Amino acid sequence: MVETGAFTIFVASIFINNILLANFLGMCSFLAVSKEIKTASGLGMAVIFVMTLTSGLNYLVYQWLLIPTGLEYLQYIAFIVVIAATVQLVEMIIGKVSPVLYYALGIFLPLITVNCAILGVSLFMVIRQYSFLQSLAYGAGSGVGWCLAILAMAGLRQKMKRSRVHPALEGPGITVLIAGVMALAFIGFSGMVAM
Amino acid sequence: MNPLLWMRRSLAVSTLRRGMWDDNPIYRQILGICSTLAVTNLLLNTLVMDVGLIVATALSSATVSALRHYTPKSVRMMAQVLIIAAYVILIDLMIKAYLPDISEALGPYVGLIITNCIIMGRAEAFAAKNGPWLSFLDGLGCGIGYSAILLIIAFFRELLGFGSLFGYPVLPADMTRWTIMVMPPGAFFMLALVIWFFRAVVPTRAQ
Repeated sequence: MVETGAFTIFVASIFINNILLANFLGMCSFLAVSKEIKTASGLGMAVIFVMTLTSGLNYLVYQWLLIPTGLEYLQYIAFIVVIAATVQLVEMIIGKVSPVLYYALGIFLPLITVNCAILGVSLFMVIRQYSFLQSLAYGAGSGVGWCLAILAMAGLRQKMKRSRVHPALEGPGITVLIAGVMALAFIGFSGMVAM
Repeated sequence: MNPLLWMRRSLAVSTLRRGMWDDNPIYRQILGICSTLAVTNLLLNTLVMDVGLIVATALSSATVSALRHYTPKSVRMMAQVLIIAAYVILIDLMIKAYLPDISEALGPYVGLIITNCIIMGRAEAFAAKNGPWLSFLDGLGCGIGYSAILLIIAFFRELLGFGSLFGYPVLPADMTRWTIMVMPPGAFFMLALVIWFFRAVVPTRAQ
């Protein structure tokens, strides 16, 4: 494993290995919540926050709890529990500290528990054997990348409201098609950073 | 034939059919797209993933349903996730043990079956209200319907992208390969076409 800098990983996970457009993770909420820019940005923020936090926490859990006890095969359960607990905790803390932010993010937080991108980031982190700093950078970068993609999509869909789409293609169909074009555009970024 | 028996059978059949065709998870409910696309550039990987998914969906639906009277409402989601995770771990270990190459290629996507929204969706929408046997069939139907669509996508992606099916070359070697089909955008385009096609062909079920 070549030691790549944390910043390289951060940039690469936004543009080159975008968690949504290259790894197809988090599609469900991406399709459902990308109708309005406002809600999309709320969810995007929540994802960045939770993803960064859980990738760090899951790294610690994996390295300090699962490996010493030889229970690596329980990683799925451990990660899911950590994610669910983190989301719950974040919800409580935000509610206490900043009610304004709570009202902005509130409804999206429970949705995040089952967002596959969050679990995916933790699993990729284990497979690619990242260090703690690299994991944090990867989590944050993936979150920003996901947020970028959903914002772009929400903007396009808002513009698209007035265009006439074939009834069978309307809604999810056309959204997936646009995501394909976006993925194509993001391929242009490959080679931007040497991996 | 005993009319009661016949009715039960037809209920079973209609449950199966609904998941596979009328309410197909992919083109009708648009669920579980997440892990669909990443593995569909090779038919063999898709097939392994599909079998895992069908087993996980059917068994976890049945288990959730069997435990539905004993699970407190407040921790229902968590209980469902843990049940699903338990089955997925079993499947993951099986694939790792018997098909190590494919396990390597599938990477984290087997584990991601846990957060695949179809399983949660079926557990929540169907298994929480119906008996274990019907829930099993519902999970099975949805799993098969989901898998069929994935195989269609994988068929075209592998055929056009690599010129092969299940690894055997079928197209003449001098035909230009559609590299785009193997790359991520190809998956998006194929999925959009499949959704378009099936939504146009399969009429919306009258409520």
